Formats: sequence, C-alpha cells, structure tokens
Amino acid sequence: MELHKIESLLDKYFDGETSLAQERELQEYFTSPDVAQHLEQYRPMFGYFAKEKEQRFDGTLPLEPRKRKVVAWLSVAASVAVLLGVGKFAYDNLGSQTTPGDLGTYDNPELAMKETQKALDLLSGHFNKGVESVSYINEYEQSKDLVFKK
Amino acid sequence: MNQNEFIQIVNPFKDKVFRLAKRLLVSVEEAEDATQEVMVKLWTKNETLPNYNSVEALAMTMTKNYCLDQLKSKRASNLQLVHSNYSDRSPSVQKQVEDRDRWAWMEKAMGDLPEQQKLIVQLRDIEQYEYEEIASMLDMNETAIRVALSRARKALRDKMTKTENYGIA
Repeated sequence: MELHKIESLLDKYFDGETSLAQERELQEYFTSPDVAQHLEQYRPMFGYFAKEKEQRFDGTLPLEPRKRKVVAWLSVAASVAVLLGVGKFAYDNLGSQTTPGDLGTYDNPELAMKETQKALDLLSGHFNKGVESVSYINEYEQSKDLVFKK
Repeated sequence: MNQNEFIQIVNPFKDKVFRLAKRLLVSVEEAEDATQEVMVKLWTKNETLPNYNSVEALAMTMTKNYCLDQLKSKRASNLQLVHSNYSDRSPSVQKQVEDRDRWAWMEKAMGDLPEQQKLIVQLRDIEQYEYEEIASMLDMNETAIRVALSRARKALRDKMTKTENYGIA
C-alpha cells in the first residue's frame, strides 16, 4: 500500500474521522512485517489492539437459577433457626426466674426470726462501715477551723 | 427461551463482555466475575430479551455499568487494583518478543486514560464497533464519542512516542 495513503489515514485516525474499514486497513498495515521506519512507533499500538482482541473468556456461565434460590432459602432457614434458638433460650431462662412479688417464706417462726436478725445485722454492719468513713470528714472540719478562726 | 438458545445468543459476544470488563477492572478474576454476573442478569431477563433489538448492546451497557459500580465501591474502600496479568502468548518471532515489552507500555498507557476514554477505545479500536453502536451502549452522542476517541488516541500516541524516544513514560 502506498505510504502517503497510510500517512493520511493515520492523520484522520487520530482525529477520529476514519471509518471501521479504514481502521482495519491501518491495523493490517501495522501488523504486517514491513512497516516504514518512521511509522515504526505506531506499530505497538495497533499490535496491542489486535492482541487484546484475542483474549477469551474461559470461565463458565452459571445459568442455574435454582442454586441461587437454594442459597436464599438456606439463609432464611438459618435465620429462623437462630430466632427459634434465641426464643427458646429466653423462654426457659427468663421464665424460671421468680416473679417480683414472690420472695419465698418461712414456716417456722423461730427460724424466720433468726434469719431476719441475720439480715438486719448485715444491714447495720454495712451501715456502720459507711458512717465510719464519713467520720473522716470531721478532720477537714477541724483543720478548717484552725485556719478560719471564728 | 431455554438455556441452549440463550447460550447461542450470548456466545458471540461473551468474550467482548469479558474484555471490556478486564479493561476497566484490570484483573482477570474480577473480569470473569463481572462477566458471569452480567450473563446471569441477562439470563434472569430472558423473558424480555426478544424485545431488545440488540442483546449485545444491552450486555455491553450492563457490563459498563456493573464495572463502574464495582470501581466506585473499590475506591470507597480504598482498594487498589494492581495489574500483574499481561497475557503473553504467541511468541516465536524475534520481533514479537520486542513487541511484548511495548505492549506492556501500551497496557499501562491505556490504564492511565480516564474511564470513559478507556471504554471508547476498547469498544472502537479493539472490538471495532460502529460509532452508532457505541453511542447506544454508552448513552452518548456520536460527536462526543469521536472527540473523546480522538483525544484518547492522541494521548496514547504521545505516551508511546515518549516511551519510544526516551524509554520512559
């Protein structure tokens, strides 16, 4: 093919004005073994385009819609199972706890007395401990009185 | 439409879908996933497929949209795509061995183009679609496509000339 034709085609090519047929001509020229020396720089471009067109998709096409449905149903089933599990757990554990009003009772008055005393002892013990630590505050009061004399 | 008919329709362009996806997503695995995804989507539409005048154009549009979505979510999660899969077949001739190096430069130069230009170069220079078809696939007008294509081709030329002359890009 005449060189000047290729050159003018190239100009048009870079301006986006070539037709597909002309672009094919260019590609043919540049993938042939004898490319003019000063056009050598364009060879990799057209060579690359031609090479890229040879890539093939070799994966498989997963066209089985049922599989996807099975997966969807599996997740539904799993979430139902989890819900049921949580529900049962809550039912068993929370249900066995005593209701707020029912705290149990004693049949023997003596035993009841003892237990009540024990409980009150415990309460007063803790209460005294609290009061003891509050007595430290008096220290502050004393040192304050030292500074601010009445 | 049964499966065989569907495969008959899809076979002629499934490689094109794959190549377009690979152009945008770079990695072969991602491109394969994208191709499968698009095909499955097409298959689920199979009742309405006969209503489209070009299933191929529809597939290419879907591929473009899917890949751009993928890229968007990739960028959001700060994942970087690395290209490490230049396919190298058909050696034998000395000249072709040299070419491989330059093809790698071309691949890099193409990778640096903006997404839209990548798409257009892929569709025109590699898949050789008519402007009209590209316009319908990308939902752009033909003039805009010509302008973008010309810009992209010149950018590629400039990059390649630089590489040729100084060995740098």
